[in-house]
Amino acid sequence: MKKDLKEFKTFPSSTIKEIQRAAKEGIYQIRGLGAKRKVPDFDDLVFLGASMSRYPLEGYREKCNTSVILGDRFAKNPIKLDIPITIAGMSFGALGANAKEALGRGASAMGTSTTTGDGGMTKEERGSSKYLVYQLLPSRYGMNPDDLRKADAIEIVVGQGAKPGGGGMLLGQKINKRVAGMRTLPEGIDQRSACRHPDWTGPDDLEIKIQELREITNWEKPIYIKVGAARPYYDTTLAVKAGADVVVLDGMQGGTAATQDVFIEHVGIPTLGALRESVDALKELNMHRKVQLIVSGGIRTGADVAKAIAMGADAVSIGSAAMMALNCNADLYRKDYEKLGTEPGYCHHCHTGKCPVGVATQDPILEKRLNPIEGGKRLKNYLSTLTLELQTLARANGKSDVRNLEPEDLAALTVEAAAMARVPLAGTDWIPGLKNKK
Amino acid sequence: MNLDLNKKKLSEINQLLQNVGREKNNRRFQILNPQGQHAICAGLKDDIEVSIKGHTGYYCAGMNKNASITVHGNVGTGVAENMMSGKVIIKGNASQSAGATGHGGSLIIEGDASSRCGISMKGINIIVKGSVGHMSAFMAQKGNLIILGDADADLGDSIYEAKIFVKGKVKSLGSDCIEKQMDDKNIKELNKIFKDLNISEDAKKFKRYGSARNLYNFKIDNVSSY
Repeated sequence: MKKDLKEFKTFPSSTIKEIQRAAKEGIYQIRGLGAKRKVPDFDDLVFLGASMSRYPLEGYREKCNTSVILGDRFAKNPIKLDIPITIAGMSFGALGANAKEALGRGASAMGTSTTTGDGGMTKEERGSSKYLVYQLLPSRYGMNPDDLRKADAIEIVVGQGAKPGGGGMLLGQKINKRVAGMRTLPEGIDQRSACRHPDWTGPDDLEIKIQELREITNWEKPIYIKVGAARPYYDTTLAVKAGADVVVLDGMQGGTAATQDVFIEHVGIPTLGALRESVDALKELNMHRKVQLIVSGGIRTGADVAKAIAMGADAVSIGSAAMMALNCNADLYRKDYEKLGTEPGYCHHCHTGKCPVGVATQDPILEKRLNPIEGGKRLKNYLSTLTLELQTLARANGKSDVRNLEPEDLAALTVEAAAMARVPLAGTDWIPGLKNKK
Repeated sequence: MNLDLNKKKLSEINQLLQNVGREKNNRRFQILNPQGQHAICAGLKDDIEVSIKGHTGYYCAGMNKNASITVHGNVGTGVAENMMSGKVIIKGNASQSAGATGHGGSLIIEGDASSRCGISMKGINIIVKGSVGHMSAFMAQKGNLIILGDADADLGDSIYEAKIFVKGKVKSLGSDCIEKQMDDKNIKELNKIFKDLNISEDAKKFKRYGSARNLYNFKIDNVSSY
């Protein structure tokens, strides 16, 4: 672009391009993964570290516990994970069977859980997952009491960060014979999952639904409730009231296999602000650390994990980042990215079923590009790195258990992040919105 | 064997019924004093017979497999939801979402069923001897919803491959649901269901409804239907 040309701020070239695409095609854009817009996030926070009044722990020599127990409020058999980083729900259908197996392998090697998705439980993921969370979604595709009993926990999905208020979407090119069979649908249709549950409509009903699930599973399984970051204070309160053992909060940066771009970019609030609200609700109910909180949506590094825990989460969940550990957006098979009109680092074409690296596809040729054993090793290495980073930051703040990290350990770099996370702006004692905070 | 909910806890009764061993000869049970409790007979696994003497709350017989359950009363929301197999008979009326997402087996409601009967059903046969409320068979994927009475508004909205048979009047059909020809094959299939379930009805008196399949793939030409 020539330097003397001035772009319209209201109509930058990307907006003009989208207007002209819409004018030509008359239909919204559908795509995968999460929000591409910049929102306040964990990068806008820093840890203070140790000082005269805070004693650090010695590097990797002094122990720093990372284990976490999930679901000990009501469940007879809560889950004890070695690390507070879980794998988020992603459906078989959105992902191929090799990807699901790789996720199970990587998570199991690190002593953590993985999660089914909108398509039921596959034998590959059950077989490869030490701890498997079984999602109960509005569609109930593949839902059955045998798999419910095989699960280590049950996650009732109310919403998803990428699209709170929207149901699932899996386009026809990914509905092959096996996927269609598991979902009791014709092959090749553009499948729209329901956006609300078929047999309950509010928190009072949900309480009864949870009772039913507990009766079917002999009160053994922890029950999670997953909500998209819409009204996290109220949703968390209602989830606790409904009897959840664990609340899963998914911020707007969370990914999806396919939905409307306008949904991904314009519905829901960032993880940073949502987490604060959810923790507030738990504390007001005196349920913080009693009902565990798992947060997801844009978790990429051990620093993100540590900051989420410092703000009050018990664990985090990763989806997009786990896919990336399996090679999503890796600089491989460039020509196939080009065929999709994209390139490594920019691809969000999960919805097409033509994933160049064999992660989000049902194409048998493409799927072979992901070896589940090697993929599992890469995920294990990634989870190991996140855990080491988390411990490093916890020790630097003098914590022998990562869950001892606290908001007091944090400072914000922007006014927005200070207001959302409710920690002081760095170098000040100012928390926007809190009058009496000193 | 009598199981009295005034004397035993629901969990105790459900556990007992879920774990009746094959070696047990006593396979008939009667539940007394249900008093509208929720999740009665949830998750039963084997071919036992249970008779519930009174009204039940939500999710009675939820996710049933193989068992035959008869409720001598009315039932709350989600009776036989996600049923896999077996038979559930309701002597009275059913609240909303009866047979929701059911994969198999038969649900017979002798009275009326409220809204969203058979929502997202996946292979179950639901027979309602009375009438059904609005949005019944919403997003129904597979199986048969057979209505001997009338159907309220938006029947079969966004239906997939399930079949709806109605003897009475239909107030209105939902998106992408149309009346279909009731041919010999359908008449034969429906009569077989009636025969298997000991219901004396003539399939020829029923109209059939199903998917126009216009919404199966997202096309801009259909935007007015969305």
